[in-house]
Amino acid sequence: MANEHINEVIEREYTPGFTTNIESDTLPPGLDESVIRTISARKEEPQWLLEWRLDAYRRWLEMTPPEWAQVKYPPIDHNAISYFSMPKSMADKPKSLDEVDPELLATYEKLGIPLHEQAMLAGVAVDAVFDSVSVATTFRENLAEAGVIFCSISEAAREYPELVKQYLGSVVPKTDNYYAALNSAVYSDGSFVYIPKGVRCPMELSTYFRINESNTGQFERTLIIAAEGSHVSYLEGCTAPMRDENQLHAAVVELIALDDAEIKYSTVQNWYPGDAEGKGGIYNFVTKRGVAHHRAKISWTQVETGSAVTWKYPSCVLKGDDSIGEFYSVALTHNHQQADTGTKMIHLGRNTKSTIISKGISAGQSSNAYRGLVRMSPRAVGARNYTQCDSLLIGDRCAAHTFPYIESKQPTAVIEHEATTSKVSDDQLYLCQQRGIDPEKAVSMIVNGFCKEVFKELPMEFAMEAGKLLEVSLEGSVG
Amino acid sequence: MLSIKELRASVEEKTILQGLSLNIAPGEVHAIMGPNGAGKSTLGHVLAGRPGYEVLSGSVAFEDQDLLAMETEERAQAGLFLAFQYPVEIPGVSNMEFLKASVDAVRDSNNLEPLDSVTFMKRAREACKAVNLSIDFLKRGVNEGFSGGEKKRNELMQMMLLEPKLCILDETDSGLDIDALQVVAAGVNAMRSADRSFIVVTHYQRLLDYIQPDFVHVLAGGKIVRSGGKELALELESKGYAWLDGAA
Repeated sequence: MANEHINEVIEREYTPGFTTNIESDTLPPGLDESVIRTISARKEEPQWLLEWRLDAYRRWLEMTPPEWAQVKYPPIDHNAISYFSMPKSMADKPKSLDEVDPELLATYEKLGIPLHEQAMLAGVAVDAVFDSVSVATTFRENLAEAGVIFCSISEAAREYPELVKQYLGSVVPKTDNYYAALNSAVYSDGSFVYIPKGVRCPMELSTYFRINESNTGQFERTLIIAAEGSHVSYLEGCTAPMRDENQLHAAVVELIALDDAEIKYSTVQNWYPGDAEGKGGIYNFVTKRGVAHHRAKISWTQVETGSAVTWKYPSCVLKGDDSIGEFYSVALTHNHQQADTGTKMIHLGRNTKSTIISKGISAGQSSNAYRGLVRMSPRAVGARNYTQCDSLLIGDRCAAHTFPYIESKQPTAVIEHEATTSKVSDDQLYLCQQRGIDPEKAVSMIVNGFCKEVFKELPMEFAMEAGKLLEVSLEGSVG
Repeated sequence: MLSIKELRASVEEKTILQGLSLNIAPGEVHAIMGPNGAGKSTLGHVLAGRPGYEVLSGSVAFEDQDLLAMETEERAQAGLFLAFQYPVEIPGVSNMEFLKASVDAVRDSNNLEPLDSVTFMKRAREACKAVNLSIDFLKRGVNEGFSGGEKKRNELMQMMLLEPKLCILDETDSGLDIDALQVVAAGVNAMRSADRSFIVVTHYQRLLDYIQPDFVHVLAGGKIVRSGGKELALELESKGYAWLDGAA
């Protein structure tokens, strides 16, 4: 009797689920070398980059998809996907926002991301990526004054080839894993950030990824380089229309924090999660990794509420002495969503420190797994890790799993791991209701309380956003 | 205020209330006593609308409304408050946030704007003071790590803040030492008014030394088997419940 009350499942409303009707220039489905050559040619890439892509493709052909994750999905037919799609109006490479198709601007407006600078959130520069291309990057001039480069990665390959050549694939090698190899072969667009030595980036940088076209994949690639002593905070957001078929999103993000630099990378991921029966939704297979040099700090914060299947482990390689890695995560799964997410903290340098705070929330019939690796190398004298891993269950048909891997080859290293599993109980809801609070509000209050430690790590404007997102995602999770 | 007629209710398919009737006028304090398993706590939960508590027959009118047709939160919004015997913890949600949500939900149902933070804090501090709770409790998670006595006082503090019309105290005295008992009683007495009624569920006559009831009812076998004034409580204290069996 009791659980019926909590369990009456979810008709979540996915507000970003609309489709933009624009003419798109989309490659026919299928993947072979000619497709890669076409993508590279469209982007007017240097020859070395084409070679790099082709090499990744050839190696990918010999690789197999990972099967160790706690997720189930039918095999993906990579020849049924189109690897490049862009709005036709983008073919002429609009020079400014005034030349961008109003339909595209309206799409972002509707998503709450106005691209006209005067309408934007003060202090946030946005790169808007629509299917395979970057539509616009705002505030570029202001940033340029500080010496900050913020542009699409396609543009960076043309304008700043030395930087791209030096760092692309330096953190996530193209053969790192199956999806990273695929991304290296076919990546379409994404953001490029370079913060020069000693510069504190004057505004938040953010990229908004939108998948629109059906039967396409999105393979974005982000590269952020923070030179010595610099500082940057970057945020990405993601949405897609509601479609019955599953769509693949396989991204790679590489962060390089040179000596004394700091990168804070926040994600609010709300890809279409599929419907209440588990039909449709995005497969979110993402490789994110950063290298921290001496005294540098890399901090990942993620709020994951979307996608049908999530496979994602934002990681830190703490290469330099005294470097710091952080991972703060809220992963919410509902209906039939599956998530296998966590982090890797690889301690190479001395006195390196890492903190992992993971909050998993499972509702409906979903499955939510935390998978994390903490590795102390022989050189990591005095290294420390603290991990806290909490799971919250809503209802009695969902699952939470925790897979911590701890490897220490350094006797002075200290590793702490704490884990809890709790449930939103009928008694808690009853207490709230007896005080006049309706059950949906009660669940969202309880879940927000559970996530507090992570939300306080988000840039302020987005912490509110994230709280609201959880509220929407849990709509109807109680009856 | 409240009119219960021939109420029958079950929990997990076991019938607990077997035709209970009770009338409570505004301003009255009714004590409900009775042996273990008589259905005292069940009565409170059925009135509050606890999920899983099934009404089989009978009716309950709360002011002019059909109480049994209302959702749990609607009953609370209409002014029914149950002070729990065992309040649960809600980790991570601060007492303050919880109380604000509660006060605003009740106000919203009465078409009132949410209370501004300054006024709210002022009232919350006063309520804490009245039940001898440090205001630090406002910042802590709801009931998180509170002692038994602190939980009870926290319930009373919420009751003061929400100013309900009908207060049901479910064995609020159990597990309290004599000092805490006096604090609770003083809190209740301070809230007594001509338009507020109380149902005080208790095992022991002791509480009634401090909260003077207008009526005492003995609940046994899911029915009220005897009603009287406060002297009935004293009689129960000396004779126990066994002598009532014949009446049940």
